[in-house]
Amino acid sequence: MKAAVIVFPGSNCDRDMATAFEQAGLDVTMVWHKDSDLPEAVDLVGVPGGFSFGDYLRCGAIAANAPVIGAVKRHAERGGYVLGVCNGFQVLTETGLLPGALLRNAGLQYICRTVGLTVEGESIYTEAYGSGTRIDLPIAHHDGNYYADADTLDRLDGEGRVAFRYTDNPNGSARDVAGILSGNRRVLGMMPHPERASEAAHGNEDGARLFAHLTQALASA
Amino acid sequence: MKVRVYVMLKTGVLDPQGEAVRHALGALGFDGVESVRQGKVIEMELADGTPEARISEMCEKLLANTVIESYRIETY
Repeated sequence: MKAAVIVFPGSNCDRDMATAFEQAGLDVTMVWHKDSDLPEAVDLVGVPGGFSFGDYLRCGAIAANAPVIGAVKRHAERGGYVLGVCNGFQVLTETGLLPGALLRNAGLQYICRTVGLTVEGESIYTEAYGSGTRIDLPIAHHDGNYYADADTLDRLDGEGRVAFRYTDNPNGSARDVAGILSGNRRVLGMMPHPERASEAAHGNEDGARLFAHLTQALASA
Repeated sequence: MKVRVYVMLKTGVLDPQGEAVRHALGALGFDGVESVRQGKVIEMELADGTPEARISEMCEKLLANTVIESYRIETY
């Protein structure tokens, strides 16, 4: 199964994401933001964490208009899988592939620690855990306060598109949302970093299960 | 032509930065500061005669995120 990881100037979790993908058995190609195409027959696109374009203007705003994003949108429209983590989630909301926006944390502080999450919405990304499971993943962000209007939040809830919810809301996110799915459940954006909890040396392997199951499910799809 | 674009968080979107500034003003002894909203101003020099619709397009596509922000264009 083939994956691509997009690299923007200022991405800093791209290699971590690629390593997590590779450890799960995916064949990974790094794709520069100025490329206008993805490698052929890519199953999964990873949009990594970091500070793309220095977070200038708004987090993810400039990255969302990079040449490669056209290809990522076409991939998603074809039913391809896209995983955006942290800054990657911000980029996906800015592109419109996911609804809502990520605002400055309610407490105004940059938060870097492990948080508890409840797994919810059914998807290739959450099947590994099963709905209702409690997991722990690290967060590291200044702008992770999920915002969407009430109708959008109701729709996300009604359609079971909240993939992860904080057990103890660290940043003011509406309805404790930590990660959401697209309508077809193939695009996931999440603030917590599964790639930073994916091997024994990390002290937490909760994230590894996501990548392992994702790879298996892609292979059998 | 010179253009200023004012970008503000929409009413109803919590502005924690504005709220922190409000608290700080109170701490400095400025009473009666009931609310503070913080936004940004973007100044641009554009080719003369650039239509307002074109400037709106810039706002919609990049300068503002209309999910959370409103914008106002001022030519001067």
